[in-house]
Amino acid sequence: MTLMENQSATIPAPREITTKPRVSDQIFRAVVTVGGMSSLIILGLIALFLSLKGINVLRIEQLSFITESKWEVLQDAEGKIAESTFGLAAMLIGTFLAALIAVIVGVPIAVLSALYLTFYARGSAKKLLVSLIDLMAAFPSLLFGFWGFIVLMGSAEYWAKLLNKYLGFIPLFDVPAPIFERSPFIAGLVLAIMIIPIVTAISREIFDQTPLDRIQAAYALGASKLSMIRAVVIPYGRGGVVGGAMLGLGRAMGETVAVYTVLNVVYQINWQILFGAGGNVASLILLKFGEAGPQEVDALMAAGLVLFLLTLIVNAISDILINRFGRRGR
Amino acid sequence: MSSTENSNNENNMEKKMQTTTPSSLASVANNREQRVPGTNLLGTGLETRGVHAWFGKKHVLSDVSLDFAAGTVTALIGPSGCGKSTYLRTLNRMHEFIPTAALAGEVLLDGQDIYAPGTDVTKIRLRVGMVFQKPNPFPSMTIGENVLSGLKLAQLKKSNTDELLESCLVRAGLWSEVKDRLGEHGGALSGGQQQRLCIARSLAVEPQVLLMDEPCSALDPGSTFRIEETISELAKSMTIVIVTHNMQQAARVSDYTAFFLSDGGPGVMVETAPTSKIFSSPTDKRTEDYVTGRFG
Ligand SMILES: Nc1ncnc2c1ncn2[C@@H]1O[C@H](COP(=O)(O)OP(=O)(O)O)[C@@H](O)[C@H]1O
Ligand SMILES: [Mg+2]
Repeated sequence: MTLMENQSATIPAPREITTKPRVSDQIFRAVVTVGGMSSLIILGLIALFLSLKGINVLRIEQLSFITESKWEVLQDAEGKIAESTFGLAAMLIGTFLAALIAVIVGVPIAVLSALYLTFYARGSAKKLLVSLIDLMAAFPSLLFGFWGFIVLMGSAEYWAKLLNKYLGFIPLFDVPAPIFERSPFIAGLVLAIMIIPIVTAISREIFDQTPLDRIQAAYALGASKLSMIRAVVIPYGRGGVVGGAMLGLGRAMGETVAVYTVLNVVYQINWQILFGAGGNVASLILLKFGEAGPQEVDALMAAGLVLFLLTLIVNAISDILINRFGRRGR
Repeated sequence: MSSTENSNNENNMEKKMQTTTPSSLASVANNREQRVPGTNLLGTGLETRGVHAWFGKKHVLSDVSLDFAAGTVTALIGPSGCGKSTYLRTLNRMHEFIPTAALAGEVLLDGQDIYAPGTDVTKIRLRVGMVFQKPNPFPSMTIGENVLSGLKLAQLKKSNTDELLESCLVRAGLWSEVKDRLGEHGGALSGGQQQRLCIARSLAVEPQVLLMDEPCSALDPGSTFRIEETISELAKSMTIVIVTHNMQQAARVSDYTAFFLSDGGPGVMVETAPTSKIFSSPTDKRTEDYVTGRFG
């Protein structure tokens, strides 16, 4: 057999390519892996815990747990539980309403402040504002709730009445009785103020990364600042802003204390955002948890699971939106 | 028709791309069609008087006075860091875009100081366009939208945009390559095509003066050749100032050449003359050293 024949006849199997990582690398890898996995595991354990606790209630109520809106535990004369119904619909609607109001009011304000901070504010004023907004992002939500209850409520009530007076023909702005205090509208405003810092911070970060050569190209074509922002910054930042808005939405949906403080938690379906009744899932859990019997606790855990899943869905949707709107401007 | 045009182009290209020794640069400059400055209705051109530039405390450009006659091409040459880009950016007020930037002196466009108080800077940039070193089309826009983006950005009203779109792309030498794909995104083009797209984009707002900062430094020889052709074509209707590191390019496209130099301090304009003179008999020893390749 000649050398040539040998070469052309047998094609070698691909070799396995390996490397022996250094010890320091291996140790670091282990540390990082443990860190990364632990957050995943903790999250998984919470979901598991909620599922285990809630499964009984979910099995009994089935789909009516999210479609019905009756939350009742009836006791007989001896204090034993005679009958119980758990349906979350009223609180789910309340959750969406308040969170949507928060996003609709909060995101435009946040985007405008981010544009101001990135392209208009200068020097020490900029530094001060940026650190103030970051500070606001870390503020305890209870304080927002108190502030909303004590300070905002009075003036927001005025606006609510105005809206009702002139837009009352739209069912959304109608009220069955003139009770304007502690409404989903006011809770939504408090939530809006709560999410503004985080959405502003994220948007600012994105706007800041707009490639300089594109900005310069726009200016070199005689663009004003406004038209440069519209043609270059917004297309570039759109995806990130949508992501930030969804993060804000998630935060507003899960918010407990602020809503609990401001809102008049009443267990009924309420689409009328100006009317002082409603609630959200998180505030329901807080409200009922203290005096709940074992079965109701399970039902509250099931409610928690629903909230958990909702947050996951919102995040998934935000990923899709970012991919859809974000890539083209890049 | 287009095939003969193409083969002609390639012949030309070979001729032009032949390696030229510094001494033959002057003959390159002499051999091409000569332009007569200021013969048409292009305005009186651009002029700078005693321009100085700073970045913060750092003085980077000292006392540059130059005239750019309407309808001519002027090349700015000199080693890296001598202030060519900085000077170019003072000509359409892109300099002030850098927060620490400062300036002294005057830049006169048709006799009017573009830094005069009360001037609307966006109007200046419409009249003095710019093409950058790195092609920078807007990726969120299609090829067609890119060309016409200046109209939108500067809020200009144009009635016949289709005609404008075609004429800009024709003048930038890109029409035949993109006419069937105007709806595609600008990022789908090659680097050379992107740069010609950027030239077409700056033409759409009909500037009097076009500034080009090393427009070919990131491109292959073929694209470079096409852009040089475009420059010669454009010079019939506008004033062009081009920064280039490539002395052959300066010889091929420019009527006048200005040599910049920095000895560690601020950059100065050492010498300016008709391009053939700069390459044949420069007055300053430093210019001669640079164009004969002794440094830089
Ligand atoms: N944005 C800037 N900030 C500070 N210094 C700068 C800036 N841009 C350029 N310079 C300095 O100005 C000098 C001239 O630069 P430049 O005009 O880019 O030179 P050239 O284009 O001739 O290579 C250099 O010393 C450079 O370091
Ligand atoms: Mg430069």
